[in-house]
Amino acid sequence: MTDGRQTVLDSIARALRREGPDEATRNALERRLSDPKRNLIPARGQLAPEARVALFVEMAREAAATLVRLPSTTAVPAAVADYLRHENLPPQIRIAPTPELQNLPWREWPMLEVSSGASEGHDPVSLTPAFAGIAETGTLMLTSGRSSPTTLHFLPAAHIIVLRAETIVGALENAWTLLRSSTGDGTMPRTVNFITGPSRSADIEQILQLGAHGPRRLHILLIDAGQTS
Amino acid sequence: MQATSHAFKENAHRALRDPDLQAALAKMRHGSVVRRASAILRLPEFEALRDQGRAIKDHVLANLDFYLTCFEERVTTAGGFVHWAADAEAARTIVLDICRKAGARTVTKGKSMIGEEIAINEHLALHGITPVETDLGEYIIQLRNEPPSHLIAPAIHLTKEQIATSFRTAHQDLDPARPLGDPAALLAEARGQLRERFLAADVGITGANFLIAETGSTVIVTNEGNGDLTQTLPRVHVVLASLEKVVPTLEDASTILRLLARSATGQEFSVYTTFSTGPRRKGDLDGPDEFHVVLLDNGRSRMLGTEFQDMLRCIRCGACLNHCPIYQAVGGHAYGWVYTGPMGAVLTPAIIGIEEAGHLPNASTFCGRCESVCPMRIPLPKMMRHWREREFERHLQPARMRLALKAWAFLARRPGLYRLAAWMGATLLGRAGRGSGAFGSLPLAAGWTATRDMPAPEGKTFHALWRARSP
Repeated sequence: MTDGRQTVLDSIARALRREGPDEATRNALERRLSDPKRNLIPARGQLAPEARVALFVEMAREAAATLVRLPSTTAVPAAVADYLRHENLPPQIRIAPTPELQNLPWREWPMLEVSSGASEGHDPVSLTPAFAGIAETGTLMLTSGRSSPTTLHFLPAAHIIVLRAETIVGALENAWTLLRSSTGDGTMPRTVNFITGPSRSADIEQILQLGAHGPRRLHILLIDAGQTS
Repeated sequence: MQATSHAFKENAHRALRDPDLQAALAKMRHGSVVRRASAILRLPEFEALRDQGRAIKDHVLANLDFYLTCFEERVTTAGGFVHWAADAEAARTIVLDICRKAGARTVTKGKSMIGEEIAINEHLALHGITPVETDLGEYIIQLRNEPPSHLIAPAIHLTKEQIATSFRTAHQDLDPARPLGDPAALLAEARGQLRERFLAADVGITGANFLIAETGSTVIVTNEGNGDLTQTLPRVHVVLASLEKVVPTLEDASTILRLLARSATGQEFSVYTTFSTGPRRKGDLDGPDEFHVVLLDNGRSRMLGTEFQDMLRCIRCGACLNHCPIYQAVGGHAYGWVYTGPMGAVLTPAIIGIEEAGHLPNASTFCGRCESVCPMRIPLPKMMRHWREREFERHLQPARMRLALKAWAFLARRPGLYRLAAWMGATLLGRAGRGSGAFGSLPLAAGWTATRDMPAPEGKTFHALWRARSP
């Protein structure tokens, strides 16, 4: 194992004609890593808050996600029940084990079978929180952790996501800043998922079809106190 | 896989006569070009992002030693393992070893070109471990025992009828009378077949689009979600990546991500972009217990500091394939190895040798479309020319071709003689072809006229026309 490492590094050293970077170069490179600079950010990723939310909605829909706006998270159970009925899905939902979702008024919807935890592979529908939304492409950012298992993002046939409007940022780079400040010490969550619309494949004759191995449907519940519909 | 790049000419002839292949290729020709163009039209900053993407990769290549060891350190800190493989055989041994230690019987696989390059499936199968490809296109070609024919659409050479036949043969437990006429039925069947495989696998192997030195993360970009199921469900996750996949920071990866999907499929962003850092954390409810990254060299460090270094900027988007008139005509299999199209014509000789792959850099009209669409601005035609030079230096071309090149060089160094020869050719051919304007057959040019007519020159040479234009 060590041999392979040495062989490869020796070969690189020969090609670069150096035994590792010199002191000054190394310091500059270390700085580049410890204080990451942003490269060019497209204008569409730098909009004011209201336009940013509007762009997110437009781009997410373009990627074949569906979306409804809700005044507060209390409205989530009703919106979920509505969605399941409308899409003809079984009234059975697996939610991420976070108090934010577990403590919602599910009891007012007794016909809904609600359980929480990771997915074992046979859940028709999941409900999870988003860490952030990215306006430039209508992308959702989801992170793994004790209360947000990754299997809920991929195994169920339909995935419902709760996204708070104030967590919608302009560009990917803003999302990294948000993540770095939330973890503090700079460690990444084990998994960071960026999701843009439902699963798809064009592997057969270049014909786009939704629902390859991941969820066939992606539904966003946008919690937006300022604007209700 | 056993390379057949030396037989490119025979492969290409067969491809041109294959009606199924031609039907499949006809469907891709236009669509992929239009999709990319319209995505780029929507992002005014695209050209500036290309410049930045190129600069990031150039910076990484100049400091590859530093960034790889940083990446290794961060992976180790996160509880993962980094394995360095100098060549394909070393990589196969490492992966088999990990699988054996895990007591693996089946291994699910996300799409990985490095997996193809080191022929990991054959190696695992040989040692009693069943590899299961989970990307729809890869699954289809695994059933047919074929290599991929395209970087991002591995089954692009097949029609849906051929795929239906393969599914009927492979899925014997299903009703033989079931309808499989449309792609939706085929997709649903593959989803059903693979679902239990995902849940049962002991090890999941994926590739990587990026390695992040700053965080020790590996990144995959997919549309189906198969890569995520592959790396989330089994107990062990193995990432196969080549050295040049490393980038410094999350910001740098973000810049290149803006180029990747648009260049590849014309999407604004792929459906799933996933950053993985180490194994499952304490308290996590899912995710792998072990996280391994295999770093493959296999000839890449030898390209550093040479005229082929720029090739290491490649992000495997496939735009050069989609826009190449040669690829569009013969498809990927004719290239005879893992990498196809213009990027394959440059990379393949570097990995398996110019002796085997000498035809590939010659299979180009030098029209330059590949370079013009390459998001990383790789000068592909220039590098194909470098390979041709090396081929010439090493006397690898047939005697007749060398003789013809020498004759041309003799004339090209004597402008007067060159003009005379060109004038004679243009005048004689122009007169002879005055009737029909084209030749159905010509002495010494059967290679051209066997499949198409040679247009007759109109009687004047380029030099003469140029002189007439100049004030």
